[in-house]
Amino acid sequence: MSVEVRIPTILRTFTGGQKAVHGNGATLQEVLDDIDVRNPGLKDRIVEAERLRRFVNVYVNDEDVRFSGGLKAPTADGDIVVVLPAVAGG
Amino acid sequence: MQPRRGTNASAPSFPYGGRAISDARSRSGLIVRMRRLGGGSAPSLTAVLKIAREHVDAMIAHAREDHPDEACGVIVGPEGSDVPTRLVRMINADRSPTFFRFEPQEQFGLYKQMSAAGEEIVIVYHSHTATEAYPSRTDVSLASEPQAHYVIVSTAESGASAGPVSVRSFRILDGAVTEEEIDVTE
Repeated sequence: MSVEVRIPTILRTFTGGQKAVHGNGATLQEVLDDIDVRNPGLKDRIVEAERLRRFVNVYVNDEDVRFSGGLKAPTADGDIVVVLPAVAGG
Repeated sequence: MQPRRGTNASAPSFPYGGRAISDARSRSGLIVRMRRLGGGSAPSLTAVLKIAREHVDAMIAHAREDHPDEACGVIVGPEGSDVPTRLVRMINADRSPTFFRFEPQEQFGLYKQMSAAGEEIVIVYHSHTATEAYPSRTDVSLASEPQAHYVIVSTAESGASAGPVSVRSFRILDGAVTEEEIDVTE
């Protein structure tokens, strides 16, 4: 078992086109560190200066992590993490 | 690729340049100015957005309702089809005349609906309420749906009242903007 991370289209260049990758960790931070080992550069598109990027939304089991600890949000085997770039502009 | 057109927000009408503009009366009685590129002997663009007239009308109606704030939404369709079938209005969490951002929880709900139905975003649309229907620098830097057509509706000319509006479609990939023709189907 592990945590499933759903990857948006724009970041699939880092995953060889895969829609989802798997990682291990007790927090979102650890899971992102783990998947970045096999998908180098992916984490940098989600995290900046040890914080979630402003225009990237991340959900753990339907919960927006901005309200559940950010990168410290707890994760467990079987959890699903969804990464969604904000749709925004001017 | 199209050369970047100058922004000319203070001009009384849009800087259409020398290009032909077709005025079409939409079902709702609005004059829609859609740029048609590649006519005549000019080299034609390979990119085309095919879209139903009812969807064009619905985007324009939304833009006018929310004027002077920017309206935003999507038209989704079957994954990989490039066919826009279902229009979903989205809340502009910023409620701003110069910025839009999908409300995050609503966007997540849309994601779950699309995942369950095997759909994806085919069109991201939003309005410009004081400037031309061309991607702003912010639009370009935040564009993150590489499979999508970016449609911009400008209500700058007529505001919320009846009158001409401009509708244009673009691809935005890695910071490069490419305008495409709009083929409206009945």
